[in-house]
Amino acid sequence: MITLTIDKKKVQVEKGTTILKAAHKAGVEIPTLCHFELCDMGIENKPGGCRLCVVEVEGRRNLAPSCITEVDEGMVIETHSTRVLNARTTVLKLIISDHPFDCLVCAKSGQCELQSLATQFGIRSMPYEGEQSKYRKDSSPSIIRDVDKCIMCRRCEMMCNEVQTVGALSAINRGFMSVVAPAFEMNLEVSPCTYCGQCVSVCPTGALTEVDHTNDIIRFLADPSKTVVVQTAPAVRAALGEEFGLEPGTLVTGKMVTALRELGFDYVFDTVFAADLTIMEEGTELLQRVRGHLAGDTNVRLPILTSCCPGWVNFFEHNFPDLLDVPSTSKSPQQMFGAIAKSYFAEKIGVNRNEMIVVSIMPCLAKKYECQRDEFKVDGNPDVDFSISTRELAAFIKKANIDFLNLPDEDFDDPLGESTGAGVIFGNTGGVIEAACRTAYELHTGKKLEKVEFTELRGMKGIRSATVDFTGLDLNIGIAHGLGNARKLLDDVRSGKSNYHAIEVMACPGGCIGGGGQPYHHGNSEILNKRAAAIYTEDERKIIRKSHENPSIIKLYEEFLGEPGSDKAHSLLHTEYFPKSNALTMHLKS
Amino acid sequence: MSKKINIPPELFTYTERVTRANGLEVIVNLPKEKIEKINDICNSFDNNPRELVNVLHETQHAFGYLPAEVQDVIANNLDLSVAHVYGVVTFYSFFTMIPKGEYPISICTGTACYVRGAEKVLEEFKKELDIKVGETTPDGKFSINCLRCVGACGLAPVVLVGEKVYGHVSPDRVKLILDKYKR
Repeated sequence: MITLTIDKKKVQVEKGTTILKAAHKAGVEIPTLCHFELCDMGIENKPGGCRLCVVEVEGRRNLAPSCITEVDEGMVIETHSTRVLNARTTVLKLIISDHPFDCLVCAKSGQCELQSLATQFGIRSMPYEGEQSKYRKDSSPSIIRDVDKCIMCRRCEMMCNEVQTVGALSAINRGFMSVVAPAFEMNLEVSPCTYCGQCVSVCPTGALTEVDHTNDIIRFLADPSKTVVVQTAPAVRAALGEEFGLEPGTLVTGKMVTALRELGFDYVFDTVFAADLTIMEEGTELLQRVRGHLAGDTNVRLPILTSCCPGWVNFFEHNFPDLLDVPSTSKSPQQMFGAIAKSYFAEKIGVNRNEMIVVSIMPCLAKKYECQRDEFKVDGNPDVDFSISTRELAAFIKKANIDFLNLPDEDFDDPLGESTGAGVIFGNTGGVIEAACRTAYELHTGKKLEKVEFTELRGMKGIRSATVDFTGLDLNIGIAHGLGNARKLLDDVRSGKSNYHAIEVMACPGGCIGGGGQPYHHGNSEILNKRAAAIYTEDERKIIRKSHENPSIIKLYEEFLGEPGSDKAHSLLHTEYFPKSNALTMHLKS
Repeated sequence: MSKKINIPPELFTYTERVTRANGLEVIVNLPKEKIEKINDICNSFDNNPRELVNVLHETQHAFGYLPAEVQDVIANNLDLSVAHVYGVVTFYSFFTMIPKGEYPISICTGTACYVRGAEKVLEEFKKELDIKVGETTPDGKFSINCLRCVGACGLAPVVLVGEKVYGHVSPDRVKLILDKYKR
């Protein structure tokens, strides 16, 4: 242990600790900008580039960047001497001098860390005039890059390369000319980007933001000839409250439903219903494959991979095009919902699918891309018209001056609003496979599950494995969240080393609760833990906690689909995957 | 959007199927012997991603420049993202993605040449050829680069055209030198 003094406070920390973390332990919060950490996930970005966290170390000639300087025995540190404050102010002014002054119209305004620091430091004038870097804007189906606002903290690069191993972004050029961009400065759309949105969720400024579809939705809500249907993903209800100042982990399901009704949606439904439907299809597929394998059918591919997460689907299409027959063919809940809403439900209420607009509220940016995919359209009409993020919904509610905190709780509409606890836990890492186990166990054994919680599948470790006893059949289950972790499991599948029967993958750390479209957590992993706990609470509160017991799902099969895996179910609820080229030079030539 | 991108093969001068380390086949738009050359270079550094700068150095030595396709192959071999390789190529001014001219002109701007007027000589070359440093004339004949000291300070200012050394170059000799190669 090392003892040192920070701002006259003595503190003991382990060898190798940085001054920044030692200060945190001593109760001193040093301002940072490029530094980013999600400590529970082992994610850290500390290029030591912005120099905003400098401190004065007694006996040292120059100021020390606290995020990368390790502590020494007997160090005496001052974190707010005049010299330090002057240096930080100068650094901040220099960074701002190459940043546009358009805070009023910036999508990140109010959440921008540079803006907060400018306020904190009382920056009131800009003494540095001169050239500002200019770069073209780049818009993809999900993410907008405006690198004029980039401060080169390189958090996105760390997320994209080290955590997600996607490799779409890198710092290029040098000095004043440097920007973060895909290879050969091409657009994100032709890069290996999966639209997971983790770059957006860690960007301190407005350099990376989501494509906003709120105005499209407002247009259709005002059109009386359209029936506008909305679905809300499970992770949204566990995070939306944060945008209105509620404690992280506060469930706002009822208020969210009321708010959506007030906004003018004709039917407020739940993606959790479609999650239950996913379990019916995916669970059946899982059992079929496992039983086929046990019966000695060599054509059966195991493990089966979950396919609910569109970032993950993009990732394997890019990186594992040789394994496209391994994932489940089940569509994601968002797309299952769209397909059922524009067939079964549209028929029920006598509306033509072209007169129906399906909107999804998602914790996710990849969903924006997913709903635009050609295979999810019927004669050019998409099953899901628009997908907006939790953040966009919050902004929409605020725009409509709805007093969210004082709204009464209301219930989802029937029939596509009825859901079970199994569908709710889709929002957490491990949730999809737990929900699948609840159903597959009962379908396989014919026995009633005594305890519905499979706690061995829960947790925040990046890669987890468990063996679930299906009374005589041991099912080996793997779980990964974060695409870098998924890559490790998939490399094993490719080389034949994997002995899992089923693998669940979520692209974002923590699963959907940590999605790229969720309220910004600014590196506070406690927020993710609280959202996860809220999701499990919602599950516990549900009377029905197994997907196959959802009465609306049972009715849907009786009235419309027949059996899980039927021809009709296949044509509406299943999809196929396409290899995506990673050879960027092909695009260069076209 | 989700469809495989199909580009008519006639758009490419070359297409070659290459097997990646992970067993996947990718199409690279380079002739076989160039790919083999890159593979040799990468192999000589054990395909170690930490040797990227050295691999790029040798590859540029072999080809004269580092076009996108070459970076693609290197990224595949060293198991790096193409974005990262491109990041390194654009960071170091030594690396270039523009092919050098048939007659690459190097103007020494080392201390001795500089004080004896290399700057004016450089300006004259830029004016005569209407290109900037690091660029190549549209006909592919000439390119201009600066270097630091060729060890012939007695001849300052020094200009190299290909391997040939010209000493005591003054701005009014620039046109004469170029004329020799224009024929």
